[in-house]
Amino acid sequence: MLDSKIPEGPLENKWSNYKGHVKLVNPANKRKLEIIVVGTGLAGASAAASLGELGYRVKAFCFQDSPRRAHSIAAQGGINAAKNYQNDGDSVFRLFYDTIKGGDYRSRESNTHRLAEVSVNIIDQCVAQGVPFAREYSGLLNNRSFGGVQVKRTFYAAGQTGQQLLIGAYQALERQVALGNVTMYTRHEMLDVVIIDGKARGIICRNLVTGELERHFGHSVLLCTGGYGNVFYLSTNAMGCNVTAAWKAHKKGAFFANPCFTQIHPTCIPVTGDHQSKLTLMSESLRNDGRIWVPKKQNDTRKANDIPEEERDYYLERRYPAYGNLVPRDVASRAAKERCDAGYGVGTTKQAVYLDFRYNLINKYGRAEASKHGIENPDMETLVRLGKEVVKEEYGNLFDMYEKITGENPYEVPMRIYPAVHYTMGGLWVDYELMTSVKGLYALGECNFSDHGANRLGASALMQGLADGYFVIPYTIGNYLADEISVKPIPTTHEAFEAAENAVRERISSLMNIKGNQSVESFHKRLGKIMWNKCGMSRNAKNLNEAIQEIRSLKKEFWNEVRIPGDINEMNPELDKASRVADFIELGELICIDALERAESCGGHFREESQTEEGEALRHDDQFLHVAAWEYNGEHNWKLNKEELEFELAKPTQRNYK
Amino acid sequence: MDHYTMNLTLKVWKQKNKSERGHFETYQVTDISSEMSFLEMFDVLNEKLIEENREPIAFDHDCREGICGMCSMYINGRPHGPWHGTTTCQLHMRAFKDGDTVVVEPWRANAFPVIKDLIVDRHAFDRIIQAGGYISVNTGNAVDGNAIPVEKEKADQSFAAAACIGCGACVAACKNSSAMLFVSAKVAHLALLPQGAPEKKSRVLNMVEQMDKEGFGSCTMTEACEAVCPKEISVDYIARLNKEYLSAASLIDK
Repeated sequence: MLDSKIPEGPLENKWSNYKGHVKLVNPANKRKLEIIVVGTGLAGASAAASLGELGYRVKAFCFQDSPRRAHSIAAQGGINAAKNYQNDGDSVFRLFYDTIKGGDYRSRESNTHRLAEVSVNIIDQCVAQGVPFAREYSGLLNNRSFGGVQVKRTFYAAGQTGQQLLIGAYQALERQVALGNVTMYTRHEMLDVVIIDGKARGIICRNLVTGELERHFGHSVLLCTGGYGNVFYLSTNAMGCNVTAAWKAHKKGAFFANPCFTQIHPTCIPVTGDHQSKLTLMSESLRNDGRIWVPKKQNDTRKANDIPEEERDYYLERRYPAYGNLVPRDVASRAAKERCDAGYGVGTTKQAVYLDFRYNLINKYGRAEASKHGIENPDMETLVRLGKEVVKEEYGNLFDMYEKITGENPYEVPMRIYPAVHYTMGGLWVDYELMTSVKGLYALGECNFSDHGANRLGASALMQGLADGYFVIPYTIGNYLADEISVKPIPTTHEAFEAAENAVRERISSLMNIKGNQSVESFHKRLGKIMWNKCGMSRNAKNLNEAIQEIRSLKKEFWNEVRIPGDINEMNPELDKASRVADFIELGELICIDALERAESCGGHFREESQTEEGEALRHDDQFLHVAAWEYNGEHNWKLNKEELEFELAKPTQRNYK
Repeated sequence: MDHYTMNLTLKVWKQKNKSERGHFETYQVTDISSEMSFLEMFDVLNEKLIEENREPIAFDHDCREGICGMCSMYINGRPHGPWHGTTTCQLHMRAFKDGDTVVVEPWRANAFPVIKDLIVDRHAFDRIIQAGGYISVNTGNAVDGNAIPVEKEKADQSFAAAACIGCGACVAACKNSSAMLFVSAKVAHLALLPQGAPEKKSRVLNMVEQMDKEGFGSCTMTEACEAVCPKEISVDYIARLNKEYLSAASLIDK
């Protein structure tokens, strides 16, 4: 049933073998083939640009007012590549191995290996486009380290790496728009995929300015629509991030894989109150130089700077001496929760821990700068002043952001941080070619499931988005389209387009006609609370069963009680949001079902019933060494398909960061 | 930080669509926490309006962490409000006090027509990028990243220009609705790098031509753009743009 189409041969040769033998489409035929790309983040923009360059006729869609605003832009810390520019022992194999291990042995080995292989091309491509990565005085590229890893392989542009990479891809995309190879549709939202004779042949979308529904044909459809973290209401995602396109595809036959693999990022600015609309991440790169601690005394109410060194518990350094503050995200998040739950949390809500830069500011940077300036025996004031300058250059924008939000100056007092929903490793099931279980329908970047297993390591989301868009899909899509060259564009008057549009129209009008008493936002908040409390950082069977029931009744209530102001045929942000929240509610149920089914702990999925004596995640490879790919069979009804995972090179072991 | 709550009077621009005339409408908001962001205050207001069966206010926003460039409110006569180097979404309510009246308008510029309420159409910026705001390199053409060393100082300056988020505050602040800061940031970002050199001349000429076509006004160097830019992009880049433009226009060998 599930054919992952992994090429034959040894792991390290699979991709080159595949590329050497894959079907090609000649340039004249490419011009006759139309491709729809939904979403213009790193995966979508790079795919649309690269396919346009190849000569395909591309239509790209985004819900924002410009493709440059996709949420990839907010990624801060960096992008990994196995360049080994630091001579510290890095290699394609190590990047591959770290990613598999970091993902707690729940990713597909062949995809992850390919990701590590193309990582080096990504950096070259981005430099050629003019992405202004951080550099050394030599003029060469600089690197920093990231969690879960013992080498320095992360390329970055201050704390704005995602922005710079996206602008590179956006510019490449706009160049193709100017050349007439790509047609860009902004403020458009995909509301269904059109399937004809078992193949994806187009989409129905809503023009968010006029409210009109539009039909678009494509020989194939690429979904590059990002993750579904906003199912938790509060997350580091942008307000508009949603699962709608992926969910529509799911309901039309695309399997949804490992939805319970959601990542809680350890270093985010804590919640302040019920008004909170989103959470802001403080890049993981800060853990390079920031030390995480809580007071040794429970319910300590002293200010951070009044707590002497010997009364601080650097609990990550204590529990994980080998990796210290650089343990993977899932481990760091759970450790923070554990300390706060045990009564050691800080700040007014006690749901926070400190991230403190003072030690490295003085000892690492201050001393190095003093030595560069030839200052012997520098006093504390000098060290702090010099250290601040370096920290400002490395993380200035993050420190400013923190101060704007909290009103506190992190150069003077430690940051307060707490885990928050950040990334979703689960997503549409795809084969090696990134095709979903619907022919001709592809999923790229965060919206697919394949590369990160149960936990994503830092600086690898940007890598995957660009790998899929620049270097994977341009090859793999040809293997499908080579057999489609004789297919003439199907007129959008075809009955399948007609039926799909009618279904979308009916759904919108039923939403508008509910005319209830509760706002869309209130339902979204309630869904988020259920998900965070019962399917968040730690999960158990009892809570999950309750969550499923609660979500089902929330769904009923939503469809009876929601109030959407305004009209259908106009710009109506409340209607857009209602349609997305309705899909999130359905997804929420599936996430809990998947979390319940997976009675083991792995990566970001921590089942309380399955832990070691020391409270670490305990996998059950004998029962769960598979991808759970859910097939939609009608309301509240899913069938579980399993793709067994085989590990040729990276043999599963208990992860150990001690 | 001491937190407090406040009651405010809001005067907000309402406009049904591109063609209809807009007007100011007055709203009262109560119990606003100083810890809220400015947009969260709007969320609270919109929730209240929906509850009262009134039309909520449409505004652009997405990342809410100051980087996507989507939010665009003209607050008390200043794009993005009173804080320096800050987007609307990063502005927090501790910037205001109990009893304040806050006037909120959309960006005002011919090249940015209002779509609805506080939402404007900024496609003109995309079209300026299409005119030449890129390096013409196809995927797969690149040499090794370290084969092109870039002087650190230039790389840093290029990065500072590339930090532009394309929000359009510079245009909104300018009495002539000039887009020179936006265009200069892109021209400088690419001109400062060796990779951008081959297309230096055509890029600047084409981007400036498109800027003029879009109906942005001329630059008279009042520097209002720099004062409100949330990414603190310097008007020095405008000087660089002018230099690039002059040398391209006078030395053009086509």
